Order: sequence, then structure tokens, then C-alpha cells
Amino acid sequence: MALPSAKPQVFAPWNDPEAKPLIRIEGVSKSFGDFHAVNKVDLDIYPGEFFSLLGASGCGKTTLLRMLAGFETPTEGRISIDGVDMTSIPPYERPINMMFQSYALFPHMTVAQNVAFGLKQDRVPKRLIGNKVREVLDLVQMSRFAERKPQQLSGGQRQRVALARCLAKEPKVLLLDEPLAALDKKLREQTQLELVNIQDRVGITFVMVTHDQEEAMTMSARIGVMNAGSIEQIGTPVEIYEYPTTTFVADFIGTANMFDGVVSLEEQNRTVVDCSELETQLTVGHASGVAVGAPVTVMVRPEKMTVQREKPDPRINCVHGVVSDIAYLGDISIYHVRLESGRKVQVALTNLRHTSEQRLTWDDEVYLTWHPANSLVLVQ
Amino acid sequence: MRNRVIALYTALGLGYAFLYLPIVLLVIYSFNASRLVTVWGGFSTKWYGELAGDEKILNAAWLSLKVAVMNATLSTFLGTLAAVVLVRFRRFPGRTLFTGMITAPLVMPEIITGLAMLLLFVSMELTFGWPEGRSITTIVIAHVTFSLSFVTVIVQSRLAQMDISLEEAAMDLGARPAKVFLVITLPIIAPALLAGWLLSFTLSVDDVVISSFVTGPASTTLPIVIFSKVRLGVSPEVNALASIVVAIVSVGIVIFGIVTQRQERERQRSATAAAEDHAVEDHAAGHPRRGPARM
Repeated sequence: MALPSAKPQVFAPWNDPEAKPLIRIEGVSKSFGDFHAVNKVDLDIYPGEFFSLLGASGCGKTTLLRMLAGFETPTEGRISIDGVDMTSIPPYERPINMMFQSYALFPHMTVAQNVAFGLKQDRVPKRLIGNKVREVLDLVQMSRFAERKPQQLSGGQRQRVALARCLAKEPKVLLLDEPLAALDKKLREQTQLELVNIQDRVGITFVMVTHDQEEAMTMSARIGVMNAGSIEQIGTPVEIYEYPTTTFVADFIGTANMFDGVVSLEEQNRTVVDCSELETQLTVGHASGVAVGAPVTVMVRPEKMTVQREKPDPRINCVHGVVSDIAYLGDISIYHVRLESGRKVQVALTNLRHTSEQRLTWDDEVYLTWHPANSLVLVQ
Repeated sequence: MRNRVIALYTALGLGYAFLYLPIVLLVIYSFNASRLVTVWGGFSTKWYGELAGDEKILNAAWLSLKVAVMNATLSTFLGTLAAVVLVRFRRFPGRTLFTGMITAPLVMPEIITGLAMLLLFVSMELTFGWPEGRSITTIVIAHVTFSLSFVTVIVQSRLAQMDISLEEAAMDLGARPAKVFLVITLPIIAPALLAGWLLSFTLSVDDVVISSFVTGPASTTLPIVIFSKVRLGVSPEVNALASIVVAIVSVGIVIFGIVTQRQERERQRSATAAAEDHAVEDHAAGHPRRGPARM
């Protein structure tokens, strides 16, 4: 799950205080009647970035995207692109193109006519339109189908045409609304990397909306995790997975084992949390930043725990339980361990050896331990 | 088994007879030499000749055609505007009332619509001197009032089915709203517009009740001429006229059938082509280095 970012590590304009963002979203809200679809969002997106808005359906990510495209107007706040305020600029004058979830290919036009449509609106000379259409169709490997109608194409081909149609206009920003949701799994995985490669080649800033965390992690330089209209955390895939800042993000990205407790000792690079539920203390390898006695949550990822049958010594970060469920996934196995308190914890083990035997089986008594550096304190 | 086949064909024959025997009889009697409608007096085409010389009928037919074309065009235009407003403009004051009122003529008894129209035209003429008497203008206005609702209903359902993101995509690619409507929305809903046009045309050609209120002595539509002629006894001339109408309609239906069949075949061919490509693509998906375009 924790795939490294597909971008080279050197690309990180968000860490550079000198870098000028391409898209600037400042305090943007959108309400439909009493419902706040988007709530005071602040976000900077940099030139050449592949940014994903990740969230469950109804979290406001699509509304935010539609505000960027100009189909919705913010109730509050300001969106600017390349320093130009977009508030009063209609969709047909924005330097932005959007790839729709349904692809929205015009059914009465051929592939070539679809791709040429945007250029025609800009009154580009005919000869140049022809060249550009050929160029982008080559880029997405669809030249062979230029004279077909959209209904004569398969889902994957339609997706490529929709992409080509957006790229033809060379927008400053390309918005993608769940671009791969309509494809089946194999094709989706292949297309993910292809999209990233194309983005790399054309250098256009991509903003993608998705509910699929694997997709977001594979493709994006940075991810904004959204929940109930607000952005919970913005970061690289690694940051979001390894260092979530809220319990929501920890739970939404991957699987997280979380234990509630109160801080009992706070040092420069160590926090000890009294966990009443586990009747033990948990040690975390960093400072929590809150006072002793404050309620916090300790988070540990399933693959960062070790499992053993013998009682470990010394007993730092050790919980005891019984294996209640096993999910064999081929590459890894996930063990559900029931603790004495009745609480279930998930542990993931990589199946390193070629064998039909499982190391653990149902009702085995096990001890779970983890290194303090592999856990995280989340302040509630 | 054999009995079953015979029974099926008998049922089919009876069905056809029920639907088409009256029309066949009408056509046969149009070639009757006798003036008496119910007595066969040998084959003749003289009634067709007489029809060609009957100016009253020809004028009425020409007027009906003009009315039908004007009505269909005007209704399609106005009906489409109404449908666009109802589907694309989610909220405006009086929307609910408008939705109800636009379809009211569908359920209103024709005789009431006709009477109301007559009253309106008479009082308008008395107040501002327009329209002068009952003429082609009054017929067209009356026909548009009821045809319009049919067009609205047809276009409305087609528009509601249309993916709104097509319009958004066009706008996103730089087309202004008016252009989006002309080059994207209109071509996509064109089949509904055609259906609405044809239906309005048919309704207009067919109408007797409303027309009888709004036609004047100088402008009489074909159905009214036939109706008044038949009241004096069915003349073989009317049979000939009816046969011609049947012939025109049949040719229209046959052409329509051939065109739809051809389109259907075309559609199936393209669906098969897409399915084949899809299979290729699935295969290619397993080998990321080989794109479908190169296969």
C-alpha cells in the first residue's frame, strides 16, 4: 500500500518558500442551502504538480473541483490561477480543462472532431488544428481510431480520447474527475502509470479527484485528504501514510490500530501514554506536543508490529491476545488478534517463505510488539 | 403441431383483417365505375380524374399541407424552448405552474379548446381588428396551441436523459452557452425534434374538431372538406382522395422502416467492432509495454 511517490524526490516546490503556486485556493466555502459541501478550504498547488483530492463520496472533493473549473461559484473565498482571480471568469474563458468521470465525449462527432473541438473554439487555423490533433492522438496511442465515433470505442479507448481532448488545448491545469473509475482493475493499474508518464511529458499541472487511495498514492506528488468539506491533511503519499496528523487520516489511508489514552510522560523524543483499555503504558518515539494528562490516540500500522508466541523481554509496547481471524492474501496475511479487553487488532505479516503452512493458526496465543519509533501519537 | 401453425396464421390473418380490411375496401371502391358506393360497377380510374379537376378539394389539400408544415415548425420551435426551460432551469418563479399548464392542452377536450379559440379570435377581432376573419392564421395558431405540448413532452424526456456533462465539457473546452446549445445539445436531441415535428404535422393534418371552429369559408382544411362531403353521402371521389392519402402514408412508413433498419445494422456493426477492440485491449493490459494501438 505504501508505494513510494512516482515523482522523483527532488520535485518538492511546496517546501520551497520562494516557489509561486499556480493555483491558490483561499478560504473557499460552498453551501447548498444549509448543507456545507466545502468548508473554508485553503490550498496551494504548484506548477507541474500531480495533486489528488482524496476522500469518500460526499466529502466535497468534486464540488471543489467543479469550482476550479467554474461550474460552481464559491459562496465564500477566492480562487486564483497564475495570479489571476477566477471569481468572475466563466468556464469557457478559464485556462483549465476538465476530464469528466463519464468522459463526456460528443456522440455525434468522430474522435478527431472531439479532439479538435476545443481548438476550433479558440479559432486556431485549420492546418494547426490538424497537426495538434494528430500529435495528441499519437501521445495517447489513439491515432488509429481518429475516424471512429465514441460509441465504437471501448471504455479504455474513450478514456484516452477524453484525455487527448483536454491536452489538445494545452491548459495550465487539467482537472480529472475520477478518471479511472469506469475501467476494470487490470486496465486501471496500467492506465495509472501511463497517465503519470503523460503528465511528466506534457508538464501540465494535474488535479485529480478520487476515492481510491491506492490510485491517489500511485499517481500523485501530493494528496489532500478531505473529510466533510474540509481538508484534513495535505502531504506526499509517504507523509500521509506514515505520519497522519489526525485519526481520520490514519483510519482512511490504509489500516490503523488505534489505542486511546492519556499522556503520562512527555520528553523531547519520547511520549508515554497511559492506556487504560490495555492496562499498560505505550511508549512512542516522538514528542506529542501536549501537556501531561491530555487525551491522545496511539496509532500503529499492522505491518509495523511483530508477532511472537513467547513472552518478550523487556515488555515495551507489548499486548497479548488470541488469533481470531486470518485473511490470507497471497503476498501477505492479515491476522486479527483479539486482546484481553475484547478489542481486535490487525497485524500484517509478509509471506516470505514458499510454503502451504501458516506460521500462526486460529486460537494461538500471541504477543504483539512494536518499536516506539514505529508508532505515532495523534492529538484528538 | 400442424394445427397449431394453422391456428397461428388464422389469428394473424384475422388481426390484419381487423386493422386493414376497411382500408383495402376503401381503395378497391375508389376504382369503382359506379356512382353508387355499395354497388360494384366495374373497374375505372375516372374518380381520380375527377378529383384532379376538383379545385375545392385541391385547394383544401394545399391549405392543409401549408398549415401542417407551419404548425409543425412553429410547435417544434416553441416546444423545444419550453422543454429546455423546464429541464435546464431548475428553479424559477412559477415553474410548477408552467409545468402543469404546458401539458394542459394534452388532456383538455378538443371541443373546449376549439370553442375557446373561436371566442378568443372573435373578441380579438372586435377589439383590435386582428385576425381578420377565420383564415390560415387562425388555424395555425389554434393547431400550435395543442401540438406544442406534444413537442414539449417529447423533447423534455430526451433532454432529461442527455448527460449534462456533455454541455459542461463543451463549455469547458471554450464554447459559449449559445454555441453549446447549437453544436452540442441540438444535434443530440435532434431525433426528438424530428419526432415532435412529424407528430405535430400528423396531428394538424388530422384535426377536425378544433379546425371546424377556426376555419372560415375561404379557408377550409382537407379533413373538413371530406367531412362535409361525406355528410351529403359518400362520393367515390372521396374514396379516391382517401386512397391517395393512404398511398402517401404507406410510402412514408416504408422509407422510415428501411432507414431505421439500416441504422440498426450500422449500430450493431460498430458495437461488434468495439467489443473486438476491447478484447484486444484486455489482452494488452496484461503486458503494459504493448499498447492497444500497436497491436
